[in-house]
Amino acid sequence: MANKHHTQTRTEPRRHSKESRNDVQDLLKRFAFVPLLLLTALLARYLLSPTPTTLTETVIPAPVLPNMAHQYSLPKLPYAYNALEPHISEQIMTLHHSKHHQTYVTNLNNALSSYTSALSTGNVPAQISLQQAIKFNGGGHINHSLFWANLCPASSPDATLAAAPKLGDAIKRTWGGEAQFKEAFETALLGIQGSGWGWLVKVENHTGERGRLAIVTTKDQDPVVGKGEVPVLGVDMWEHAYYLQYQNGKAAYVKNIWNIINWRTAEKRYLGGQDESWSVLKASM
Amino acid sequence: MSSKLLRSTPLRAAVRSTQSQSSRAGLAGTTFVRTKATLPDLSYDYGALEPAISGKIMELHHSKHHQTYVNSLNDASEKMEAAKSSNDVASQIALQPLINFHGGGHLNHTLFWENLTPKNQGGGEPPTGALSTAINDSYGSLDALKEKFNTALAGIQGSGWAWLVQDTQTGSVSIKTYANQDPVVGQFRPILGIDAWEHAYYLQYQNRKAEYFKAVWDVVNWKAAEKRFK
Repeated sequence: MANKHHTQTRTEPRRHSKESRNDVQDLLKRFAFVPLLLLTALLARYLLSPTPTTLTETVIPAPVLPNMAHQYSLPKLPYAYNALEPHISEQIMTLHHSKHHQTYVTNLNNALSSYTSALSTGNVPAQISLQQAIKFNGGGHINHSLFWANLCPASSPDATLAAAPKLGDAIKRTWGGEAQFKEAFETALLGIQGSGWGWLVKVENHTGERGRLAIVTTKDQDPVVGKGEVPVLGVDMWEHAYYLQYQNGKAAYVKNIWNIINWRTAEKRYLGGQDESWSVLKASM
Repeated sequence: MSSKLLRSTPLRAAVRSTQSQSSRAGLAGTTFVRTKATLPDLSYDYGALEPAISGKIMELHHSKHHQTYVNSLNDASEKMEAAKSSNDVASQIALQPLINFHGGGHLNHTLFWENLTPKNQGGGEPPTGALSTAINDSYGSLDALKEKFNTALAGIQGSGWAWLVQDTQTGSVSIKTYANQDPVVGQFRPILGIDAWEHAYYLQYQNRKAEYFKAVWDVVNWKAAEKRFK
């Protein structure tokens, strides 16, 4: 830990050293923030860096200090707002994409730009207070970007598990069959208390080879990052994702969503690594 | 989806009286009786909070969402009793999040219905007396409290509630937010709660939740809040 502190202080830009006070207490306070700063640096590097990094690396490099944060933009849907009907209504898709997702993008850009200035002025308290906004809005942007791409019209040939031969085999091996997998996934989705997401993930093993599958849930907009998991398929369980059409009948939403899963996208994510999952995010920069 | 905006009060009353009779009969017949949670009746009609909250929202929120918390709480409580009687500690612990979530949902909604009232029955009329003084002490004015409360509501990331709470140690009031259905228990006493789950406003306000937070003050029952304040 002492080494990390040392490294960290050396990587601090000198820009603010003129203002820095030699007061020991002040320095101690500053040092106390360092572990959190390292976490923030990891997430910020991830979101700010033009090349997404793999999250399995154990060495945390010095934070990149770009002059300007990247501006993310709302990704276009690969289908029309009404293309998922009758399973998800046009009104839901319109609001969900053009309002909710747009708000996450706007707030992420604002948070990253504040974070960039907090980095350049060495304002550690501001950096820390921005972490949650980056996680929430960055998560919202990541999750929705993944979600749109893992849906498709029910009439599409991609909307059956046959479009994901390798993933389909792994699902059948893991859960005993497609029906058993869907049942387990539905149970996980319906067990979320409050807002959140259900994910089919590929857990990368230590050799970096294709790992096992698992179902995980994340709360609010927490993204699937930092645990060596690749999101293969996500389902939004926020009420805004279904309420105008299904109201309190979320079990029906969860049943119907299987009709519009884009299994070809899921197969690509399963066969690819982290980079494949994040390609949609890169495209929105 | 058809919607009945007005409840049939006589029918509900009949259902309730049947329920209470059967639980009294149960009391006489067994040595151990656990009272079941029941859905409380509203003291106003589903449409009575319009235009702040639509009748359709109130109907679903009360008769479906709250009812589900009640049913699931009873279900979890029954399992908890079974786990206790068989000394199954692992199951007792595994059931705790369900009791917190569904029990919290039942408590929160019960308090929420009470701290709302139609405009023509005093909704939105400012608090008086000791609560008013405590609000002014902490926030300067009722308007300042509302502004901070709305900021707290807007800042909830996901589902949850904002509450005006009273610190049982110091007696002072403050605004606190709670995730999901976490109830106000322990050091703090609930005075006034606003539901920030999307189901509380989405049919009427969709993504414009700030408008709901602004409008809801027109139907806040400060008299109910005063009664909770000690």
